Amino acid sequence: MAGTDASIYRQFEEAVRKGRLVAMATALTGPTIGAKMLLWPDGRSEGSLGEPTLDAVARERAAQVFASLRPERLTVETAGGPVELFLDVQPPPPRLWIVGAVHIAAALVTYARTLGFYTIVIDPRTAFAAPERFPHADELVTRWPDAVFAEVGLDESACVVVLTHDEKIDNPALAMALRSPARYIGALGSRRTHAKRAAALKALGLEDAQIARIHAPIGLDIGARRPEEIALAIMAEIVAVMNGKIE
Amino acid sequence: MRELMPTLERWRNQQKRIALATVVRIYGSAPLPLGSKMAISSAGEMAGSVSGGCVESAVVQEALEALRSGRPKLLTYGIADEVAQSVGLACGGVIEVFVEPLPEV
Repeated sequence: MAGTDASIYRQFEEAVRKGRLVAMATALTGPTIGAKMLLWPDGRSEGSLGEPTLDAVARERAAQVFASLRPERLTVETAGGPVELFLDVQPPPPRLWIVGAVHIAAALVTYARTLGFYTIVIDPRTAFAAPERFPHADELVTRWPDAVFAEVGLDESACVVVLTHDEKIDNPALAMALRSPARYIGALGSRRTHAKRAAALKALGLEDAQIARIHAPIGLDIGARRPEEIALAIMAEIVAVMNGKIE
Repeated sequence: MRELMPTLERWRNQQKRIALATVVRIYGSAPLPLGSKMAISSAGEMAGSVSGGCVESAVVQEALEALRSGRPKLLTYGIADEVAQSVGLACGGVIEVFVEPLPEV
């Protein structure tokens, strides 16, 4: 990799690490094999594939790759003969928001990261949200979750899991999540706890149809008892929802 | 790609050099999608996967060679390929893998 390509590769890696949408074109054959061009969704690009036609084609195809979020392989006719081109795209990972820095959350972060989720643990209680308990989380936020949700806005790919058992923390967070297009919303607690919670959410102005979006009792029924097993049941349920197996 | 990051960081801290292998073409059925990646350290360790285990050991050899030469390489594995027959791609598809040395960050 030449010097410029090295700097481009570093920017690519940095974007991937931070969960930003980015694409990279690489010449797979030809005199400039290995040359790279970094492409951003806003149309900017950096670096060169070493041949004007290759650069033009890469820029032209970038929009398509950003729309489909699938990598693409092309053969480009250049003055020096055909060159194989690969357009890699790294979509931002789905975000899993975990409210409650509890024991289940620690195991859930492990499973979620293995499955490619970006994990954010939120708990306003500093005793729980201690960095040494969550060294593996992408982010650990010691704030009120409803305030955080209001600030960032939950999108269609967001998954929200509420685990504190403290209605002062859980219910405002749930209310905010239910007013968003979040893909998955789950809350820990028995049927009885959930009935109580549903009543409280109604009092906060939410409708039955909105409240029905909550997965509760949370997780697939795998007979989970230990915190790690409950985390596995939750993760399995999220995967099933993401894959369209359940609503 | 993201899931490889902690491993890449660890290898760099250990002063190891790294090669990256990417699936850049798939014919027929293949075990992993286009763009799947495997990282290989100069000590011969691997992280990630390009074929779910079918051709990984062959790719490691090519990656070590790429680290020695400093040159990237486009490789083909599959039923039509003699090397692939010995290495074996269980699903019967053909994949192309691009192996390149990564810059030292």
